[in-house]
Amino acid sequence: MLNYAIKRLLLLVPVFLAVSVVIFMIIHLVPGDPIDNMIQIGSSPEQKAALIARYGLDQPLLLQYGVWLRNLLRGDLGDAMILRRPVFQLIAENLPHSLRLGGLAFLFSTVVGIATGALAALFKDSWIDRSVMALILLGSTLPSFWLGLLMIMVFAVQLEWFPVSGARSWTALVLPVLTIGLHGVALVARVTRAAMLDIGRRDFVLMLHAKGLSHRRIQLQHVLRHALLPVVTILSLRIGWIVGGAVTIEFVFARPGLGSLLITSLAQRDYPVVQGCLLMLAMAVMLGTLLGDLVQAGMDPRVRDNLR
Amino acid sequence: MSAFASSPLWRVLRTWRGGVSLAVLLAIALAAIFAPWVAPYPYDIQNLSATNKAPSLAHWLGTDEFGRDVLSRIIYGARTSLTVAMAAIFGSVTLGMGLGAAAGYFGGLFDRIVTAIVDLTWSFPEVLIALIFVAILGAGLYSTMVAISIAYLAQFARLTRAQIMAIKSETYVEAAANLGSGHLHILFRHLLPNAITPVIVAGMLAIGDAIILEATLGFFGLGVQPPKPSWGAMMSSGTGQIFLAPWTILGPGVAIAIAVVSINLFGDALIEALDIRNRVREV
Repeated sequence: MLNYAIKRLLLLVPVFLAVSVVIFMIIHLVPGDPIDNMIQIGSSPEQKAALIARYGLDQPLLLQYGVWLRNLLRGDLGDAMILRRPVFQLIAENLPHSLRLGGLAFLFSTVVGIATGALAALFKDSWIDRSVMALILLGSTLPSFWLGLLMIMVFAVQLEWFPVSGARSWTALVLPVLTIGLHGVALVARVTRAAMLDIGRRDFVLMLHAKGLSHRRIQLQHVLRHALLPVVTILSLRIGWIVGGAVTIEFVFARPGLGSLLITSLAQRDYPVVQGCLLMLAMAVMLGTLLGDLVQAGMDPRVRDNLR
Repeated sequence: MSAFASSPLWRVLRTWRGGVSLAVLLAIALAAIFAPWVAPYPYDIQNLSATNKAPSLAHWLGTDEFGRDVLSRIIYGARTSLTVAMAAIFGSVTLGMGLGAAAGYFGGLFDRIVTAIVDLTWSFPEVLIALIFVAILGAGLYSTMVAISIAYLAQFARLTRAQIMAIKSETYVEAAANLGSGHLHILFRHLLPNAITPVIVAGMLAIGDAIILEATLGFFGLGVQPPKPSWGAMMSSGTGQIFLAPWTILGPGVAIAIAVVSINLFGDALIEALDIRNRVREV
């Protein structure tokens, strides 16, 4: 297991380098000159040259990447062009908000998703099953940001149960978590239900029936346990999906966080901040996937052997 | 007639899901194509004496902050949303199929490079990939198209590669090779025709996802720029009026929901009729 963990961790290094190259290139590939956005109208060419030198834009590309990567590993992500503060500081302020939202949404999706999926499988073809299937269809087809807006309209504007936006209190987390969660619940419930129905047809289940165990006990104690494996697989494959959901939903609810920071900086063309945010979000996806893989490998020895 | 009666399309239309969803999709497409004749008002005519008006007989879905007719803007917005989504997925399927087929057929180093890139992008959420490329290309109609295209590329490369791998050692492929057929002949005459159906159906289903992604980018203000309407951008400007004029958000949202649900239902019916569920949904 330790062997597997080390190999899996080493695999992250080339992935990280590839992602960092793409993100580094953003500032060089954008149409227009980012420096032009920073200088005041009427500045002299000398002032522009000084700015270019300050950001090192006159150096060879490979050298610039090397310097950028070295600074990055030291935790120095450069200075924001518009906000004129270290990007690292901006990210440090916004990260806890995103982690809280993403973590809670993940927890909610997993727990509620497995519970509703199991319930649907247990009462297959009943009204419970049918309403869960309808929920899955809605949860996987409605755009999440629209769902968020609907939640705001109903629960914040009309009923005034929760705040419309911001992150001042814990109650402000309820609607965003529910919005991301409904998508997650739909995914997890669909996989749980399908896996339980699939495993319910295996021979050992027939054997348990022959032994005289009750249907409910077989489903919850034996079938559900085996069905958790594909659920973990899907969760580890699609964990980045929670990150993507958080980006969108933070913006909808005007919550502080990496997603909001990324989108406002994109609109303002503040590229050092864009790079920093994209890098953090990419790392979140990579580490989340790694964690999911490790859990999966811990549960299923076959996964460990697959990685030579 | 008998050929039609046994064709997959007829089997799709016979189910209520297939029939209803196809009818809805056709209606949306026709409304988008003939928008200048269907829409009651032009999309950009402002009426500042009738801003944020609730739905009425004159304006069925109300008016927005500039007094523009919401229904007309939804109909014109369908043009943007559907064009961007379909063009993006078309590019994605074409390029992805080429990459996946070449990787699966030739194998070797090229296959390992393609597989590595596909695996890398696979774990990333589409919205994040699209945002990276919008950051590079700048906001706007064409960069949104390209960004969405790239976001879904891995899906089709992976799917095509899996199909090709599954059939490339079949006897008829071997026979074609023994008869002296070239690589391109085998690829285009024998492998792709047998691999293409699941990829096309997956592409059709992906149009629904692409509509949502386009709307999300539009909602962020990174898609089509005003005054051109798109469903996402309409909701984006509607958020400022969420207390005053909730219909400016409800209308485009319902339009997206109807379009996406119809695409999913039609795709599902098609998968059922072609009996290819196992081949499309391999995660």
